[in-house]
Amino acid sequence: MVPADLIARYRVHAASHPPSAIAIGGSAGSIETLGVLLPAIAPTALPILVVVHLRANEPTRLPELLGSKCRLPVRMPFDKQPCDGATVWLAPPDFHMLVERDRVFSVVIDEPAHFSRPAIDVLFESAADAFGPALVAIVLGGASQDGASGAARVRQRGGFVIVEDPATTEFTVMPTAAVERAQPQIVIDRQGIAALLAEITGGTSA
Amino acid sequence: MDPSEDLGPLLAYMRSRFHYDFTGYAEASLRRRIVRAAEKLGCADAGALHERLSREPALFDRVLNEVTVPVSELFRDPAFFRILRERVVPYLATFPFPRIWVAGCSTGEEVYSLSIVLREEGLSSRALIYATDINPRALQMAEAGIYDIGRMAAFSRQYQASGGRGSLSRYYHANESAAVFDRSLRERVVFADHSLATDGVFAEVQMVLCRNVLIYFGRELQDRAFGLFADALCPLGFLGLGQRETVQFSPNRTSFREFEEETRWYQRI
Repeated sequence: MVPADLIARYRVHAASHPPSAIAIGGSAGSIETLGVLLPAIAPTALPILVVVHLRANEPTRLPELLGSKCRLPVRMPFDKQPCDGATVWLAPPDFHMLVERDRVFSVVIDEPAHFSRPAIDVLFESAADAFGPALVAIVLGGASQDGASGAARVRQRGGFVIVEDPATTEFTVMPTAAVERAQPQIVIDRQGIAALLAEITGGTSA
Repeated sequence: MDPSEDLGPLLAYMRSRFHYDFTGYAEASLRRRIVRAAEKLGCADAGALHERLSREPALFDRVLNEVTVPVSELFRDPAFFRILRERVVPYLATFPFPRIWVAGCSTGEEVYSLSIVLREEGLSSRALIYATDINPRALQMAEAGIYDIGRMAAFSRQYQASGGRGSLSRYYHANESAAVFDRSLRERVVFADHSLATDGVFAEVQMVLCRNVLIYFGRELQDRAFGLFADALCPLGFLGLGQRETVQFSPNRTSFREFEEETRWYQRI
């Protein structure tokens, strides 16, 4: 369970900056964690933006897999598709997924970041610019430092950052880097993140 | 670099001084590429890059290369090239002299892929390809047709998966570091400088290939490009886009119909 003071910390932030979007990033090892997090998301009007590191050119059944655990539709965006709410948007394999300031997606093939395309940094940095303090960003377990500078940008823009507790995950490099670089508001295990997601999305139904 | 730094002055400078207009590009990814260009030149931010360029305009070449993303592959998305071969080429073959526009050809990988398909399908002596780009260095590389030998294994697999009739190695001479593509593949290719942002239509064509180019454009600039393609294409002419590109979000969608959903082929109506 989430200690009450952490819930309170989120509520204080949300009182002045109601969330407009949630961004989540992790490496391939975090697919299992997503299986715990996604069912906790209430039917919500928010867009949920997800980057999972996958190998390029590998046919993926991830949309179906995640969709089966989730009350929202899971889709991969096309370039310039509006970043609509009530949808889990999954970055397509071998593309970076960005959100533009006019709240449409850019889906590009710029160079990989931290050997990853899609990269969490690329999503988080663009979403931080697009949503500012109304963005909640979540860094899960992973074996690279991808996500840390993106999470730092989210903080710089006044957003709310949650990181999976490195002590509770098998893949510690990514959350450790994010904790160091971004000074997240909350560091907690995945059950705690699930409870927070329920809290965040609970009051935001369409 | 300050993430909220206004890119406007730098972009306006590049437009007036170098005649390259990036003002209509999608901002989030453009910002990343400008930051990277600045970093590579040791500049702290876009303002510093601006200042550096005004002192050393010769550096613009390098900035242009960073910003225009010359990333491509031979037979990228094999399923796309299979549709080209099996369903679009038969349409092209009904014209005595089909003309094709590869818009934003970058370093030429799509041009050679296309040229190989046309040859294998018996159209190479009749078809004419216009290959255009805004980056002169990329165009030179396209015209040279020389690629890193290390990339050929992956390209060969994609060629095979696309329905290629033989071995990709028939089309190039390999040395230790490079694959030099057969010059006959570009006998009927016209390489030319053309900007989708500022230039107009130059010919009627039966097919446009513009893959993973428009993803770097903002919506208005995309609309402009789709308008050019609509004007250039003859009725029922084909437009081939990249895997995550669609006309669906452009007002010009009414000029096209979806021909094959999975591989992003459209037809002019």
